Amino acid sequence: MTMRRLINLKRVEARRIYLTYFIVILAYIICQTMSSTKFLSSTMRGMLVPICAYMVMAVSLNLVVGISGELSLGHAGFMSVGAFSGVASAILMQNLIPFAPVRLALAMIIAAIFAAVAGFLIGIPVLRLKGDYLAIVTLAFGEIIKSLLNNFYLGVDSGGIHFSMLSDTTRLLPGGKLIIRGPMGISGIQKISTFPAGFILVMIALMVVFNLVNSRSGRAFMAIRDDRIAAESIGLDITKYKMMAFVTSAALAGAAGALFAMNYSTIVANKFDFNTSILILVFVVLGGQGNMLGSIIAAAALTILPEKLREFSDYRMLLYAIILIITMLGTNNSEIRSFFAKLNPFKRKEEAE
Amino acid sequence: MTKKILTCTLLILAMASSAFGAAFKLGGTAPLTGGAAIYGMAAMRGAQIAVDEINAMNIDVKFELNYQDDTHDAEKAVNAYNALKDWGMQISLGSVTSKPCEATAAENFADRIFALTPSASARAVTEGKDNVFQMCFVDPNQGSASAQYIANKNLAKKVAVIWKNDDVYSKGIRDTFIETAPKLGLEIVSETTFADGNDNDFSVQLTDAQKNGAELVFLPMYYQPASLIFAQAKSMGYAPKWFGVDGMDGILTMEGFDKSLAEGVILLTPFNADANDEMTKKFVAEYQKRHGEIPNQFAADGYDCVYAYCQALTQAKAKADMDAEEICKLMIEQFTTMKFNGVTGSNVTWAKNGEVSKDPKGMIIKNGAYVGLD
Repeated sequence: MTMRRLINLKRVEARRIYLTYFIVILAYIICQTMSSTKFLSSTMRGMLVPICAYMVMAVSLNLVVGISGELSLGHAGFMSVGAFSGVASAILMQNLIPFAPVRLALAMIIAAIFAAVAGFLIGIPVLRLKGDYLAIVTLAFGEIIKSLLNNFYLGVDSGGIHFSMLSDTTRLLPGGKLIIRGPMGISGIQKISTFPAGFILVMIALMVVFNLVNSRSGRAFMAIRDDRIAAESIGLDITKYKMMAFVTSAALAGAAGALFAMNYSTIVANKFDFNTSILILVFVVLGGQGNMLGSIIAAAALTILPEKLREFSDYRMLLYAIILIITMLGTNNSEIRSFFAKLNPFKRKEEAE
Repeated sequence: MTKKILTCTLLILAMASSAFGAAFKLGGTAPLTGGAAIYGMAAMRGAQIAVDEINAMNIDVKFELNYQDDTHDAEKAVNAYNALKDWGMQISLGSVTSKPCEATAAENFADRIFALTPSASARAVTEGKDNVFQMCFVDPNQGSASAQYIANKNLAKKVAVIWKNDDVYSKGIRDTFIETAPKLGLEIVSETTFADGNDNDFSVQLTDAQKNGAELVFLPMYYQPASLIFAQAKSMGYAPKWFGVDGMDGILTMEGFDKSLAEGVILLTPFNADANDEMTKKFVAEYQKRHGEIPNQFAADGYDCVYAYCQALTQAKAKADMDAEEICKLMIEQFTTMKFNGVTGSNVTWAKNGEVSKDPKGMIIKNGAYVGLD
């Protein structure tokens, strides 16, 4: 199915998709070899998993922002739903499934399901809005998720799973364990996220998004994005298609959240605040709306950049901001763009076609 | 030309580092930018003073200090920790704030690099790790110590608590305070919360405390929200006794804060900047000379950490060319057996689980300065 669909695509698009897969696989092989031969510094090695998680976040947000054309400012909220549900389920499965990779995979699937449900529930009111209103409401929901998780307590004992809101009233039996501790988040997480798992997740995210975009539904997303009224007039169910994009995006973000959380020994809800949502939006905008390869490269570059600027100590974040501004201006300048287009043999052919 | 200058600088740097060849590489992460920067900067400056003093002494132990910014975020803290590892860190000062330190402590444990954190006070920092130690009190102890102090000194009977319900530090202290206080005959008449984002208006919380007749308000929080609470309480004419913990330390050096608002605030902290012993005097004078302000408890913790390391390394006869794992083994041995005298306490000892044991000091703010209560 996938193959036939890709063959039916215009050559340029198919080439872009294969190029994206190729670059991701190549980058993985290079990093993996460098990492196993100890050629990679500890700093870089430590960032491999978060970079994968951010890549998935960027790709999934790009589906909403770039393809279906809705500005969402609460994407980190879905990441946190995934992070908390994924980690909690991984802890609950600890004795059941001792083999870590399977546990990680299951945790990510559970995380994706929880985030998708959250995406669906939030989508019901949100997707009836458009433009700025939608952006503001997604922002609000991102904050609501953060607040809820900050006041959520989940514990397990011999009697089963207990939870409470606002304050810890789970009253666990002796030997019970409080997993999610409100503002303290989750502590003592087993670090089972690995770079290969991250790579697989990035590939899955890319496949899901590319296949969706190049399917009938994907065409509908873009039709709605480009002209809502025209799309409505030919009988497209706007809410349904928007919901499809939104829920897919939330599910991928949830899986990314689980991957991210299980790379650290501790996680708190405050990590997934407005700033994180904006950071992911920056990846998307810098990489180009609708451009998945761009998002992936932007996510990697902007995660590595602040670490590479450490030698400038106090001026680090200032330099980061300046570089970001220059890159944004540069990528939007038509002269610079045409200069780079000339260097790129694929682009030239594309124009000729 | 630029290239030449660059090579020259590199050469000089290389020479400098070889001259310091016999120094232990001491690394730590701290929030040097962002909302929690005041703590990170203080701890780093305190540690730097100690390092400079020790390097000027005629002893075998020398240090090279490297602090990296973690912006009070666990993810960035692990990045910073890895950067330090690339630099060749042999012993670690952990992280300054609790959550980041929880994340880096797990790395310390996995890499067998010994850590002594100046101020990360959550219990989860040291839990289950044999090579992570704390210089400050663990949060739960602050809560029970505060309750005992209030009861023993007979400061009040009716107590209100305002705490930040999305903050680890605040919750840790509040939990044990609520648990201990009723046992000591204190009555908790009001308990209200706030969170990130709604920390600008405290009229609801203060009215609740006032209405229920609280004589003392316990504020387990950092000083920023506390400063607003003082201002709003004053404007509504409510003047209970205020009781803070070590996060309140630093309120007097806060920019734009009217010091008269904090008049009479009692806080429990292990460090008293106007103590009369030689060590404290020397440290405070040096800190004031360099940075133009009275050092807070974080600075003192940073300072003590380096001196504790100096003592432990000297006693263990550790050499700077040992690798991190060897030093780690020696340090665990030393820290669980030695007694340390520093500016944040005398006869300080550590338990096997990394928790410190020392006496808290009650302090009161009088005429815009911290004064010891006892």
